Amino acid sequence: MTALAEQLAGWIVRATGESTARVSALRPLAGGASRESWAFDLVHGDGRVDHLVLRRDPAGRTIQGSRRQEFLILRAAAAAGVPVPAVRFCEDDASILGSPFFVMEFVAGETLARRLLRDAEYAPARAALPEQLAAALARIHGMESRDPTLAFLTVPPAGTAPAAAELARWEDIYRAATPDPHPAIELALRWLAPRVPAVAQQRIVHGDFRIGNVIFGPEGLRAVIDWELPHVGDPMEDIGWLCVRSWRFGASAPVGGLCERERFFAAYERAGGVRVDPAAVRWWEVLGNFKWATICIMQARSVLDGVVKSLELASLGRRVVEMEVELMALTED
Amino acid sequence: MQDRPTARELLEAVRRFLEDDVVAALDGPARFHARVAANVLAIVGRELEDEEGLLVAEWTRLATLLGRPADAPPERLAALRAAVGEMTDALCARIRRGDADASPFREAVRAAVTASVAEKLAVANPRMAR
Repeated sequence: MTALAEQLAGWIVRATGESTARVSALRPLAGGASRESWAFDLVHGDGRVDHLVLRRDPAGRTIQGSRRQEFLILRAAAAAGVPVPAVRFCEDDASILGSPFFVMEFVAGETLARRLLRDAEYAPARAALPEQLAAALARIHGMESRDPTLAFLTVPPAGTAPAAAELARWEDIYRAATPDPHPAIELALRWLAPRVPAVAQQRIVHGDFRIGNVIFGPEGLRAVIDWELPHVGDPMEDIGWLCVRSWRFGASAPVGGLCERERFFAAYERAGGVRVDPAAVRWWEVLGNFKWATICIMQARSVLDGVVKSLELASLGRRVVEMEVELMALTED
Repeated sequence: MQDRPTARELLEAVRRFLEDDVVAALDGPARFHARVAANVLAIVGRELEDEEGLLVAEWTRLATLLGRPADAPPERLAALRAAVGEMTDALCARIRRGDADASPFREAVRAAVTASVAEKLAVANPRMAR
C-alpha cells in the first residue's frame, strides 16, 4: 500500500471510529491541471465497498479557493437538487496528507467533450443534455446565497454591477500578465465597457459551467463538477460562459456544441431560471472569450517566468489568437 | 548556409517521429503530451514557412494605419520584429485612448487587426481558420 493510501486510511479510521475500514485501489484520475484527484475504494469491515474520490491541492500550494470551500458549495448544491457528487469528508489540516483535502463519492461516466460531441454512443446524451444542463443551471441559480455556510463566496462591491466588477478585475489581470500587446483585446475592452449589463437579481453562479466540467453517460448528465470558482454575481455569466466558442470543442452549435441559444434559454426559463436577457448573455460571452484569452496568457506566462515547467501550458500562449478572432467577430456591431 | 535537411525539414522529421512512433508507444498523460509536442512543432514549422513575408505585410499595414512612412520596412528580421512590436504597442495605446471608437479610423483599425489575427491563426490553428 502506498504512503498516501495508508495516511488516508488512518485518517478515515480516526474520523469515523470505524477501526476495520481499509483503503484500496487508490489511483490518480486524469484531468485537472491545478489540483489532484484520486479515486479509491473504502472497504468496510463487513465487506461493503464505497467508491470515492479524494481531491487535494498539490503539496505546498493552495489555489483557487480552499478544498473546504469546494466541499461546502458541493454540499449546498446537492441540497438544492443540483446533480453533484455527494461529499463525505473534509480536512483542512495540511499535515495529514501534505495539503488540505476532501472526499466525495465517485460518479462513473465520461468527461471528455470530444467524445460527447462526436461518438455515436453518446447521441442520446447530446439530445438530452441541453434541457438537463438548463435545469441544473436553474437550480444552481436558485441556491440560497445568504446560506451562512457559503459566506466565503465573493460578492460584487455594493453599488457595483457584477459585470462591471468582473470586467475591471479581468482587465487588471490581463494588463499584469500579458507580455505582448493585443489590439483585438483592446478593441474588445472598448466594446465591453459601455455595454455593461445592469442586473436585477444577484445569484450564486458556478463560475466554470461548461462541457468538460460535467460527468455524463450515454443517457445524459450525471454530475456537475469543478466547483472552484463559484461566487455571487449575474446568472447570465454562466450562460454566456457556456456559449464561449472554445467550449464547443470544434462542433458548431453555439451552446456547448449542443444546441441553439434559443432552445437553451427556453429550457432554462421553464426549469425556473431567471428571465434570460440575450444581450447580457452576449456581453458575458464576449467577456468569457476575453477571460479565457487572459487565462491562456497567464498559463503561458507561468512557463515563461520559470514558475512551472509544462509544454501544454506554454502552448496555450498560441491559443490566444483563437479568442482574438472570435472577439473580432463578436464585436462587429 | 547549413547542409540539408533544412531547419523546417528537421522539424518535420521530429514531428513525424512524435506523431507516428512516440504517441503510439505511450498512454495516459504522456501520450497526450506527445501529441501536444507534435502540434507545437507543426506550429513552428508553419511560422518558419514565411515569417519574414508576414512580418513585412504586418509592418506595412501598421505603418499605413498609423500614418507613418510605409515604403521601407527594416531589412533585418530582428529589427522588423521590434518595429512591428513597437507599432502594435502604439496602436493599442490609440485604441485605449478611444481613437478607434468612431469612423473612419474604427473601420481601418478593425480591418488591419482582423487581417493580423487571421494571419496568426493560419499559423497557430489553420483548422479553425474560417
